[in-house]
Amino acid sequence: MKKTPDELLQIEYTPPARDWMDPHVDFEARKGTWSYPGAPKNLEYLGLPNPREWSPTDEDWKLPENWKEIVHEGFLDLLKRFRSLKVFMDCCVRCGACADKCHFFIGSGDPKNMPVLRAELLRSVYRNDFTTAGRILGRLAGGRELTPDVIKEWFYYFYQCTECRRCSVFCPYGIDTAEITMMARELLNLLGININWVVEPVANCHRTGNHLGIQPHTFKDNIEFLCEELEDVTGIHIDPPINKKGAEVLFIVPSADYFADPGIYTFMGYLLLFEQIGLDYTLSAYASEGGNFGLFLSHDTIKRLNAKMYAEAKRLGVKWILGGECGHMWRVVHQYMDTMNGPADFLEVPRSPVTGTVFDHAASTKMVHICEFTADLIHHGRLRLDPSRNAGWKVTFHDSCNPARAVGLLEEPRYILRNVVEEFFEMPENTIREQTFCCGSGAGLGNDENMEMRMRGGLPRANAVRHVHERYGVNILSCICAIDRAVLPTLMDYWVPEVRVAGVHEMVGNALVMDGEKERTTNLRGEPIPGREG
Amino acid sequence: MKAFKALVIVGVLAGVATVAAGVPAFRPVLGIWLPYAAAALFLAGMVRRVVCWGRSPVPFRIPTVCGQQRSLPFLPHQPLESPYTGWQAAARVAGEVLLFRSLFRNTRTELTRKKRLAYLPSKLLWAAALAFHASLAVIVFRHLRFFLEPVPSCVRFVERMDGLFQVLVPAVMVTDAVILLALLYLLGRRLLDLRLRYLSLPADYVPLFLLLGIVGTGIAMRYIWKVDLIAVKELAVGLATFHPAVPDGTGALFLVHLALVSVLFAYFPFSKLVHMGGVFLSPTRNLANNSRARRHVNPWNRPVDVHTYEEWEEEFRDKLVACGLLPEEE
Repeated sequence: MKKTPDELLQIEYTPPARDWMDPHVDFEARKGTWSYPGAPKNLEYLGLPNPREWSPTDEDWKLPENWKEIVHEGFLDLLKRFRSLKVFMDCCVRCGACADKCHFFIGSGDPKNMPVLRAELLRSVYRNDFTTAGRILGRLAGGRELTPDVIKEWFYYFYQCTECRRCSVFCPYGIDTAEITMMARELLNLLGININWVVEPVANCHRTGNHLGIQPHTFKDNIEFLCEELEDVTGIHIDPPINKKGAEVLFIVPSADYFADPGIYTFMGYLLLFEQIGLDYTLSAYASEGGNFGLFLSHDTIKRLNAKMYAEAKRLGVKWILGGECGHMWRVVHQYMDTMNGPADFLEVPRSPVTGTVFDHAASTKMVHICEFTADLIHHGRLRLDPSRNAGWKVTFHDSCNPARAVGLLEEPRYILRNVVEEFFEMPENTIREQTFCCGSGAGLGNDENMEMRMRGGLPRANAVRHVHERYGVNILSCICAIDRAVLPTLMDYWVPEVRVAGVHEMVGNALVMDGEKERTTNLRGEPIPGREG
Repeated sequence: MKAFKALVIVGVLAGVATVAAGVPAFRPVLGIWLPYAAAALFLAGMVRRVVCWGRSPVPFRIPTVCGQQRSLPFLPHQPLESPYTGWQAAARVAGEVLLFRSLFRNTRTELTRKKRLAYLPSKLLWAAALAFHASLAVIVFRHLRFFLEPVPSCVRFVERMDGLFQVLVPAVMVTDAVILLALLYLLGRRLLDLRLRYLSLPADYVPLFLLLGIVGTGIAMRYIWKVDLIAVKELAVGLATFHPAVPDGTGALFLVHLALVSVLFAYFPFSKLVHMGGVFLSPTRNLANNSRARRHVNPWNRPVDVHTYEEWEEEFRDKLVACGLLPEEE
């Protein structure tokens, strides 16, 4: 990225003179803050409307002939299907409490990144088209006519929201910008307007079973390769079952965990844990993705991709499902899966085969988070842990947006960390737990062309990390999200280069004392453990 | 500019009411027809609004969780921040409605000169909002004394408590002072905070000016240009018992007050003021965070095109066989 951190920090928070109701985005001048459009081949594969080559910098976006009618009808359809949308369109009093809660506003100063105005971009059209006052009084009542420029503005700002839901915590009516962004993206999608970093993973996942488009033989190869690495570090040979019928547990992880650094170390941690406790589990090459980029496109695509989890659990005849560390995956699993693709009456209420704990909070969905599972193991004293094998790591924990604000999974990872590392430090309270700041690259925005906006959006998170780095010497940022693991290293390199990124189960894997292992001189990354150098 | 537009709108309304209050022929319009029309619009409009909301289903369980979920017994569950049962969710909504808990969280983000972000506590908006709403509730309740004969003892009690700081005759009502200050603060921050001014619409100023007009005329009647309260009570009881009449002694200032109240009521269902009902219906607040324990049903659960295992196996058969994930076919 060309701009230096110092340049990026010259943020102008005073709003411009121009009335926000006049839409205007100069895409040419704002390169680095938007994502490339969806490639036609991906739209065609998924059967999405209006596949074509186009660029946001084009004057003509090649909208369908009757685009206005399509949006109007689409809006009406969404209002009929979602009470949330109706209530959120009607209730906002523009009190401004959300304004400075958005990481994109804090990092950019662009007033349309204040959640209230982001929603107003949609709400103004709603008032104009669907409310009595708006139809009669128009602009005086806050109504705004739908024009191609409004559509362009929607594209810019609704793909500048990571659906992190932080603003919703502070809103007196709980207005959830993620919900509004999801609706706006549904509308844009009807016109064939979306971004490739969302559409391609969705198309890949639909076809191969995972976002990265990894085919089954490569899936197997990757895992075997990781097991060889693991054998080097621990001396233990692991052969994880894939597509094994009749296993007790189906284990599903985000695909980045078996593909890219540093997610692979988290994956190694899972495998060591299962090996040590003798869990009867299986991976699946068909349901080889925990994440769900469908969430960033439309409700229908969430359901299409998510359907594979239950389908595969049923086909393999497992008893319940265990899920890896992933953020938006857990939003989908916790808040959408059972409703969309359940009931999972062919599964059993999850029960830990080691401790006997019945996870009755997952009695219907039958899917348990790996952190819940591991915390329960630790609490029952079923793991021998040696935190000194994480010596040298001064750890802090980044609450990923969705496990925090969709699930309430706050204490499980902290409980685990306190048991597996020697030094753990919290970031300031306004930046963690339910108030946690997004990585700035979620919801499909983690691509290279959007780098400036990513670094801006990630500023509040990076700033909090810098704080604990300077104060306590924190040198590793742990998290339970695959997107975090993919994008936070870049963010850290930019703002706090001294800090690295890891999954919680990487720390578990380092600390876990295993039967028959050789003496560990390196951590899972193959780096010498301080004080134990060979 | 937007504030000015709103001021003009409310000013014209008040001006018309003032002129009309002086013309005998228009007095029944202000004293009888306008209040009835406003009440009808308010009721019909709010019912229509709430029914409209209610008609759309809640397809997914999407609470915004603000605390530890109920999962493992050794991790303390936070029932108000992450309700697990309907009752806990109701308590959470009650906290929003009665105490504005979410607004209480408010912070002010600042980028310091050293380019560090600071999150400072910011409770003034919460305090002003709560002061305004609570005062309004007390004032509306106090006004029951105009509609009921005899005046119920609870109304008398509230009035007495409200006027406890008796320094003047008549007693200065605490709520009168508080609501005025709160409204001025809410207006002032909209005008002075550049960010807030940028995002405010005329529709954000209209209710503030209307309320200031109503409170202003109300206070004026009580302390400065006193009106004939017996006439006012006669008019109010007449309205309430559907035997409406405008007694001769009814003050013009009162008719203006009544006209502004009527406008506010009529305006209510067509404006952001519907948040009064919406706050109960927000799915991020009124749903329990138990979607993994109990299945939430979506009435329109739409069928979608899924890539099945069989299709997948067919597409990758050769590779699956080659890597040993599928036995070779006979």
